[in-house]
Amino acid sequence: MTEMIGSFRRGNNTSIIGVGALTAVFLFFALLMAAFAKDAGMEYQALTFLVLGGAFLVGTALWAGGLVDRDPFDESEYENTLVKFGVAASMFWGIAGLLVGVVIALQLTWPNLFYFPELGWTNFGRLRPLHTSAVIFAFGGNVLLATSFYVVQRTCRTRLAGGMWPWFVFWGYQIFIVLAATGYLMGVTQSKEYAEPEWYVDLWLTLVWVVYLLVFLGTLWKRKEPHIYVANWFYLSFIVTIAMLHIVNNLSIPVSLTGSKSVQVFAGVQDAMTQWWYGHNAVGFFLTTGFLAIMYYFIPKRVNRPVYSYRLSIVHFWSLIFIYIWAGPHHLHYTALPQWAQTLGMTFSVMLWMPSWGGMINGVMTLSGAWDKLRTDPVVRMMVVSLAFYGMSTFEGPLMSVRAVNSLSHYTEWGIGHVHSGALGWVGYISFGALYCLVPWLYRKKGLFSKSLVEWHFWISTIGIIFYMVSMWFAGIMEGLMWRAYNEYGFLEYSFVETVEAKHISYMIRALGGTLYFAGAGIMAVNLIRTALGHGEAKALDDEADRDPYAKPEPRGALAPAE
Amino acid sequence: MANDVKDVDSHSGTETTGHSWDGIKELNTPLPRWWLIIWYITIVWAVIYMIFMPAIPALPGMGTNTPGIRGHSDRALVAEAVADLKAARTEQSASLLDASLEEIETNRELQQFALAMGESLFGDNCATCHGAGGRGAIGYPILADDVWLWDGTLDGIEYTLRHGIRHEGDPDTRFSLMPRFGRDGLLPSEEIDNLTQYVLRVSGQPHDAEAADAAALTYEQQCSTCHGADGRGDRLQGAPNLTDQEWLYGGTEDAIHATIYNARNSHMPAWQDRLDDASIKALAVYVHTLGGGE
Repeated sequence: MTEMIGSFRRGNNTSIIGVGALTAVFLFFALLMAAFAKDAGMEYQALTFLVLGGAFLVGTALWAGGLVDRDPFDESEYENTLVKFGVAASMFWGIAGLLVGVVIALQLTWPNLFYFPELGWTNFGRLRPLHTSAVIFAFGGNVLLATSFYVVQRTCRTRLAGGMWPWFVFWGYQIFIVLAATGYLMGVTQSKEYAEPEWYVDLWLTLVWVVYLLVFLGTLWKRKEPHIYVANWFYLSFIVTIAMLHIVNNLSIPVSLTGSKSVQVFAGVQDAMTQWWYGHNAVGFFLTTGFLAIMYYFIPKRVNRPVYSYRLSIVHFWSLIFIYIWAGPHHLHYTALPQWAQTLGMTFSVMLWMPSWGGMINGVMTLSGAWDKLRTDPVVRMMVVSLAFYGMSTFEGPLMSVRAVNSLSHYTEWGIGHVHSGALGWVGYISFGALYCLVPWLYRKKGLFSKSLVEWHFWISTIGIIFYMVSMWFAGIMEGLMWRAYNEYGFLEYSFVETVEAKHISYMIRALGGTLYFAGAGIMAVNLIRTALGHGEAKALDDEADRDPYAKPEPRGALAPAE
Repeated sequence: MANDVKDVDSHSGTETTGHSWDGIKELNTPLPRWWLIIWYITIVWAVIYMIFMPAIPALPGMGTNTPGIRGHSDRALVAEAVADLKAARTEQSASLLDASLEEIETNRELQQFALAMGESLFGDNCATCHGAGGRGAIGYPILADDVWLWDGTLDGIEYTLRHGIRHEGDPDTRFSLMPRFGRDGLLPSEEIDNLTQYVLRVSGQPHDAEAADAAALTYEQQCSTCHGADGRGDRLQGAPNLTDQEWLYGGTEDAIHATIYNARNSHMPAWQDRLDDASIKALAVYVHTLGGGE
């Protein structure tokens, strides 16, 4: 027994040394890149990496040195600290990303007022990718990291695999975010939507992501449950597919090994198709399957009801991932893309409608027997409303993929409205719901600091989303119609600038909606921080009276009895 | 062990799958029938669509993708639509070419056609600088008023459109150059300050009378050739009238000083190589009617 524990500890130390060594190797590369940098962008990026990676290495060494005999990766406890870090990072990046969103909405509304030529990095062109990457990859990515690490441990009844490696995933991912964000502001970009970071940042993310996959697989491998829970299928499909998409879409050749610029291997319509295969499946496998995984754990857990249908979860999971991957060409209707590929994208998008809705049905119907919670628990309401937005935008998506509809909607604000009903409504609300659940659970509190603040958050944000969606529908359909309006002599009725001017009021309403949503997130941050601090209603759990039967992993070697 | 003991959810009366993860169970509810039916309908629809439209990519031994029963082609449809539009416009375009500018303005039907065409062309080509409806901007003349730098007649506007202003590569372009008095060291800075006061006085603004007086001789020697002894400008040279309170680059003391120091000499492209004759005629008529045509 002692021997076994001893060898186990050695294993854990190996992971600390492994993480340290790998980080050191990359620090060495960064040093070389900083020393021989071909351009200022590369120099700043390499120095940024040196500072952040160095801080991680030193921090890890100091922490490991202070451990003495304590096993930091105790198999009889869940890894909760890392999840707490993930929750904090999610909230931080969420606020940052939403703030940038408000700024660029204001820039579009009052371009003269929010234009600062002496501060080039505040230009819309720099801030727009900062906003999208911050909300999708920094906020969404951290929510997925935090919840996946929480859920996979609980549903496998075992501690995260890999000892120090999950921490490498977390900090490595934060370094990726900072490199990407500061790069955008300096104009370091490969100009591919949602895949702007340059080649060396892509390589770093690939490494981090492969480690993430191994940690997740390792945890599944040593699970104490006979079956793998549905949420984990969704997480796994997200991790595997994002790896594939990221690698293929970022295939490029650096101009110099110490320069920030690279050249794509694909060109022309092949590049466009690869980009939208990536872009659409980032929506499918990052923003859909990843967040459905959250739904599949947090809704049944929160309402304490069984998942509505196991069969539906199987059928909609496999049909969703099989069909989604073909739908990308619908982003390239009426372009140089061969028409057969457009047919493929459109028909598969339409066939995707019901598989998408399977998740909504399973989530909403899980509430049967607990419908009263919609009224009494604003966190549950938030998650269920997220499914309503999910259902709406996964109907709107197939609709917009139909070529006749697309000829009106494409390139208009309708597209912006569509992604934001999905982003603010679905991704945002399911994430907020999960974070509202996680903080009291992680900090062992009886509840949130204030339930009425959740109510305020819910209503302010919901009004914000509706302002956003409706104004963008209105603006999009209007400009789509204006673009195609001919006068009686067969000339275009409106010039482009007139169609821009016509959107001014809609832009104002959109900026207001975004501000409300941002304000809601601010309320949430206060609520979560005060919950963690144990203020208000967030009283500490009484360990004896409130013993949670699932608070600890199964002892080593035990297998849960099938109930 | 528990496989033969069925676990039934008391609320719904449905069996669970018998597993539990962290306290979460799953019901064994069958697939919703309506869900399955709609899904099948979308699949059938997709297959039908693929039969009618270009769909399956080239398989071995097959040169191209399946063209579909309809033989649909976006390229062919666009070519057809463009041809239709051209055909519909041919007659009126031809009469636009035959008519003189004055005839276009007096023939109501032709004028309506020219204005529609001009407005569309203006929005796509001219509004970027001159603003929607010719409202102008700093450095870009207002076309909707009666102040003209060069020529506000129909023929004059057409000439400007064809040859541009200071457009390299067109020998007939409208051309004049104001010297860069400060930057090229033609005048000492004190004299530029005084000239600024002089221009302020000519334009009827508050000014330093002593300084303005001191610049009178310099104005006569350096400026009056183009802007005129009284400051009313000269359209033949595109020299602005300094007395009319209309400013292309602003009439403040700083703006006037900057103009004398750097000169402005802005450019407009020659459009005759980019737009066909009918388009230029239509634009001339359109600009002429914006409000200030002479």
